[in-house]
Amino acid sequence: MSNRGTEPVAVDDVRGDADRSATERAEQEGLEAGSSRGGRVWELLSSSVGRNLGLLVGLALLCVVGFATAGERFLSESNLITVLLLASVIGVVSVGMTFVITGGGIDLSVGAIVALSSIWCTTLSVQATGRDVGWLTMAFSALAVGAVCGLINGTLIAYGGVVPFVATLAMLASARGYAEILSNRRTQIVDVPGFTDALNARPLGVPMLVVIFLVVAALGWVLLNRTTFGRRTVAVGGNPEAARLAGINVKRHTVLLYVLLGMCCGIAALMIVARTTTGSSTHGGGYELDAIAAVVIGGTLIAGGRGTIVGTVLGVLIFTTLTNVFTLNDRSTSEQALIKGVIIVVAVLLQQRLAERKVAKT
Amino acid sequence: MSTAATPPDQPGAPLLQMRGIVKEFPGVRALDGIDLDVRAGEVHCLLGQNGAGKSTLIKILSASYQPDEGTIVWDGEERRLTSPMAAINAGIATIYQELDLVPGLTVAENVFLGHEKSRLGMSQRSVANRATRDLLKRLGHSEIAPHRRVETLSPAGQQVASMARALSHDTRLLILDEPSAVLDAGEVANLFRVIRGLTAEGVAVVYISHRLEEIREIGDRITVLKDGATVATGLSARDTPTSELIRLMTGRSIEYVFPPRSEKPFGDVVLEVEGLGLEGVFADVDLTVRAGEIVGLTGLVGAGRSEILETVYGARKATAGTVSVDGRRLRPGQVPAAVGAGIGLAPEERKSQGLLLDQSVADNITVSSLRSVSRFGFLDRGAERRKADELSTSLDVRPSGVARKVRTLSGGNQQKVVLARWLLRGCRVLMLDEPTRGVDVGARTEIYQLVRTLADSGVAVVVVSSEVDEVLGLADRVLVVREGAVVAEAPAGELDESKVLDLVMEGRVA
Repeated sequence: MSNRGTEPVAVDDVRGDADRSATERAEQEGLEAGSSRGGRVWELLSSSVGRNLGLLVGLALLCVVGFATAGERFLSESNLITVLLLASVIGVVSVGMTFVITGGGIDLSVGAIVALSSIWCTTLSVQATGRDVGWLTMAFSALAVGAVCGLINGTLIAYGGVVPFVATLAMLASARGYAEILSNRRTQIVDVPGFTDALNARPLGVPMLVVIFLVVAALGWVLLNRTTFGRRTVAVGGNPEAARLAGINVKRHTVLLYVLLGMCCGIAALMIVARTTTGSSTHGGGYELDAIAAVVIGGTLIAGGRGTIVGTVLGVLIFTTLTNVFTLNDRSTSEQALIKGVIIVVAVLLQQRLAERKVAKT
Repeated sequence: MSTAATPPDQPGAPLLQMRGIVKEFPGVRALDGIDLDVRAGEVHCLLGQNGAGKSTLIKILSASYQPDEGTIVWDGEERRLTSPMAAINAGIATIYQELDLVPGLTVAENVFLGHEKSRLGMSQRSVANRATRDLLKRLGHSEIAPHRRVETLSPAGQQVASMARALSHDTRLLILDEPSAVLDAGEVANLFRVIRGLTAEGVAVVYISHRLEEIREIGDRITVLKDGATVATGLSARDTPTSELIRLMTGRSIEYVFPPRSEKPFGDVVLEVEGLGLEGVFADVDLTVRAGEIVGLTGLVGAGRSEILETVYGARKATAGTVSVDGRRLRPGQVPAAVGAGIGLAPEERKSQGLLLDQSVADNITVSSLRSVSRFGFLDRGAERRKADELSTSLDVRPSGVARKVRTLSGGNQQKVVLARWLLRGCRVLMLDEPTRGVDVGARTEIYQLVRTLADSGVAVVVVSSEVDEVLGLADRVLVVREGAVVAEAPAGELDESKVLDLVMEGRVA
């Protein structure tokens, strides 16, 4: 999905060199220590290409398990599309989350923002202005609601000095509460044919929602890896004090990161509304866990300073496939939640071991 | 209660003997043969310039660090103290300059932190409060209530609480690191009263201070450290002449090569600071730097030098005064404004404030000039790499390769990366805070040369350093900062090291 392979730009080569020389070093050290194999495996896992390969292998294994336990039901077209549609919605949120976490923050309110955005844009069509509202108005309002929530989060965190955990926890409660007030806790059915038709279309057989996810991920990749915004994000997350003294406006940048994530939540809300033809204050439940888990499993450092969009996309696919395999095997959502929690902890533990090894080596 | 005074040992019996203590850190030999004898009931003063090894020595005494070589004889018996707790149990207590109290707990809770008065796991507050009240009384501060929260106390009160904590163990050696730095004159007198009370009970005190007048008043004997080694020990605190002490502190073993000063007259005024102040830290600082000139700021750690730089840079918001670059006033407290006007800062804490350690050399060089290597926000990574490459080659950053992570470079090469950042940015004013801290001897010369070359190219340079010889060798003009004020300003040629040290320590030339 990325254009990594087709674009032979200088720094890619440089990264390659760095990885290679690092591997060579590790091999030498390994040989000296008499444990070259273990050393090489760790080294591979701690390089970005190696991590993504590892995730791909994990995904493949998961598919094998799915096929072994559920057979044709797993491989059927309708099931695969269901998986992709689920992954697309959570994936758009996860791309935004990658930026916030890379920049040293966290956002627990994403699910609630999705719910509020879905309610706001469907309210426009259901309650306020009747049926005449166009899909553009809906799209705009969903994005605007997401952006405003992100702006509030970011401003509280950057200028108010509230820790991200608390600020977004408050937003989680308030946004969902506000969504319930607006909707009277009723599910709002949308009937804007132009909107639902467009988002449920299948150009070239690929569902529109998947296309949206791929576009968002591609834009996210470019933004993170090829723009000054992305570079500043990594700097702010890696060492905020050094970034500030290097002349970066850290506070403003932090706000922008949360606004960006808020807008991703707005997009995700539109996708859910199109898929279910409803707006509901219960949309997006548990998204904070799924998105953070996908980002962390993908290899983005939970402490900030390193982010990977490719990893996040793979993380989302792994998580959604896992859920699907469990569902097909009639496992309860409680069991799924239990396993997800374990996976997150294992991923973070692994990250920390890898980070320690790197520091110890230098 | 465990605070009964230990009976004084025989007068003059050595309580502590350190012989040949060596401590190495990667790339630095912080201590290189320290000898120290401390007798029961004496006040033993440690004297030495910044970086002489006093802090490391204290950390070895308190067993935060383990020595690599050497022996410690404690109370007539060779000992290896393996943890801070072991040192405390042996009777060695340390009161650091940065007081290590928990602000939200009460005085009594702090005093018994780690060895709480309890029975069956239930804390006995009244017992702890009573014991604390006795300790405070012994220290002559019965006015402090044991149930007061520590954060509500003045710095002097907090120091008393720290001492009460030290005495709550069976302390026989008390180490005081710059205890007077946070105190006013009356409070210092009070501190001395407390110290005299303790030594009368046979407690030995190791006292560290830069203020000679204090050492003369409270001290019995002096040990002088220089470059990690003991150069003199057992000097009388009252009778040793000041000139002798300064000679011992400064006599250098390593001479650095400084680049020759430029013959060219300086250009126009670039940086102009007028009446700059930061409440409670420094006040009324005037500073003018011309194009091509290097101005040095020296003084003790904590005198306000770094804070002055950071305030000029906008990293702290000035409460008074103005900063102008090329005649244009800067908005206070705005780093981007300062950077935009052409100021660059190489901060004191290179690793935590200056560098993105886990990112590449290239990323670190371009981070302040992203606009010049991008178009419409998209990075031109070819140009980025080329520029980073050029700079790291011309500054001879080793090992070469701009994709290398900055973490893997030595201190000197990391400093070159920071300088390369500001070279790429093309700044008008470059401010360097302790530019050679953690930099080995060879790389120092290179950095001095680089700074001079920059100045010759028309940059106005400000250098802050605790190493007096560095400031004298590198700068054209020197400002001495003491306790938040500039106490002297003179061309470097008119000063020598002992004059500056007099100014640094006593505020006047003796």
